[in-house]
Amino acid sequence: MSVQAEKSPIIQKTDTNNILEVHELKKHFPIKSGLLQKTSGYIKAVDGISFSIKKGETIGLVGESGCGKSTIGRTIIRLYEPTDGQILFKGQDISHLREAELRQSVRKNIQMIFQDPFASLNPRKTLRSILKEPLNVHKKYSGKERDEHVGLLLEKVGLNASFINRYPHEFSGGQRQRIGIARALALHPELIIADEAVSALDVSVQAQIINLMEDLQEEFGLTYIFISHDLSVVRHISDRVGVMYLGNLMELAPKQDLYTEPLHPYTQALLSAVPVPRKKGTTQRERIVLEGDLPSPANPPSGCVFHTRCSAATSECKQIIPKFKEIKKEHYVACHLYN
Amino acid sequence: MSQINTVPETTKQQLINPNLKHKPDTMLKIIVRKFFKNKLAVIGAIILCLIILASIFAPWLTPYTFEEQNLLNKLQPPSEEHLLGTDKFGRDLLTRILFGARISLFVGFASIAGAITIGTIVGSVAGYFGGWIDSILMRFIDTLYAIPTLFLLITLVTIFQPGVDKLILIFISTGWMTTARLVRAEFLSLRTREFVLSAKTVGAKSGTIIFSHILPNAVGPIIVAATIGVGGVILAEAGLSYLGLGIQPPIPSWGNMLQDAQNYTIMLKAWWYPTFPGLMILITVLSFNFVGDGLRDAFDPKVNE
Repeated sequence: MSVQAEKSPIIQKTDTNNILEVHELKKHFPIKSGLLQKTSGYIKAVDGISFSIKKGETIGLVGESGCGKSTIGRTIIRLYEPTDGQILFKGQDISHLREAELRQSVRKNIQMIFQDPFASLNPRKTLRSILKEPLNVHKKYSGKERDEHVGLLLEKVGLNASFINRYPHEFSGGQRQRIGIARALALHPELIIADEAVSALDVSVQAQIINLMEDLQEEFGLTYIFISHDLSVVRHISDRVGVMYLGNLMELAPKQDLYTEPLHPYTQALLSAVPVPRKKGTTQRERIVLEGDLPSPANPPSGCVFHTRCSAATSECKQIIPKFKEIKKEHYVACHLYN
Repeated sequence: MSQINTVPETTKQQLINPNLKHKPDTMLKIIVRKFFKNKLAVIGAIILCLIILASIFAPWLTPYTFEEQNLLNKLQPPSEEHLLGTDKFGRDLLTRILFGARISLFVGFASIAGAITIGTIVGSVAGYFGGWIDSILMRFIDTLYAIPTLFLLITLVTIFQPGVDKLILIFISTGWMTTARLVRAEFLSLRTREFVLSAKTVGAKSGTIIFSHILPNAVGPIIVAATIGVGGVILAEAGLSYLGLGIQPPIPSWGNMLQDAQNYTIMLKAWWYPTFPGLMILITVLSFNFVGDGLRDAFDPKVNE
């Protein structure tokens, strides 16, 4: 077995600017098999991730499919119970709260925008009932005010308030995503987790939705966790960007640093794959092509999880898990190259 | 990136079109409208309504009773007096078919109502909570499935005296597993859907999620299965009665009427005797299947009008 990395010391606890702090968060899904549903192993979807978010900032999480970026979003919002580690929301540990306790604090303040605008709205409900549900659950406003609030929400996301009696199937993908955003806003949350919120949309509609999200952020002082596999979109919307690989955070830096000076070999490879317009006569950027396949999260490589595909890997990488540490100001990397 | 920045505000404005006044349709209205576009299903529904009404008003529709024998008049072909002829005891065939419809339909509806209720409860529990509860319930159902239904039916009917109530109990106990599996499958796929997750993220309780989010989306397949199931039960009842294990004479059911007619000479001499009960079974079951298909399409939000 590999040597366990020490707890990352990157977060000063009780920093009041931080709306959310995640310490060594782990989420392992049991693999059940056989007649008696015995646990035969674990999918290590999120395997020890630490970061923090300041109020009002947008943090982008990027990575390939299956790297655990959606899982971390769903664990923070407590759709999943974390296996290990801590989630501190405004200083309160929410990692093991029961549903009734969650309803009082987390459910009002953390909301999610989902990926598939066609699957995220109940096809049997009208917009009125979809948007009123959060208000009903939390008994916010009186009966009549709820209707007014719903109309207001629709206008806030750029939809006509008269749409209120319609069903989701009457809307286009972009409009549905606006409805999803309206629902996420209904309770005036402080943190919104956008899980691939624009990935299912056309490029032009993506832009509209992103602009809408930025406008709303300004108006309501929202904090976003923006999860996406699209590096360009993440670069546009985020203040800081985290790169995930196989359940681990490999690099976290302000976006300018990360995109101009990626430190981790994985980030470098990822960024080299982004198509960029090139002027005539200039030479093409070197494309770093990763060899091999993504290892299974049920059986991740020892040491640095990336060593099987890393061109700079040494024997050290195979044995020792690299620490996630600050190399430059606010620029964190988990790689033995930067010791 | 620059693309993203330069989206004109006008596109946003286009979405806010005050002229788009829209009269809302309830989901039920949409379903009914879609159903009425399916001609076969509508015809099936009309036939079923006629049969149900005729069986309810049977005593007023015919001057005979179903047990009134007139041996002088046996095996009469269809005539003005006996529209569908008479049977081997001289009973009016139309009367017996109408009263038989009461029995067949009642057994069909009652059995399916019971089977759907049990199946939905078991299926919801298994599908929503999953884990070991699901495993136990599903292995139990697998076991029940492995028992050959026909022989179970025959054995049960032999042990308990055959009768309408026993038949219904038997059909319920052999029929609920199909619904349970169906409902479980619906729950399994629906409970991880994003709209269910989003209900969880706002803090909705399990009961709300099951009854207000998942079940309404699973109700289509359940109703379809029920409709087609009624046809199936009518067939099974006819089969059992045909074997002499179902409804006992002199109470008529379509199945035991067919059995009465199972005789070489009768079949040759009195074609109307086996034909009309058989035709009734065929028409009724077919109608249920058409209606079931129509409902399936009407309930499916993905099938457009």
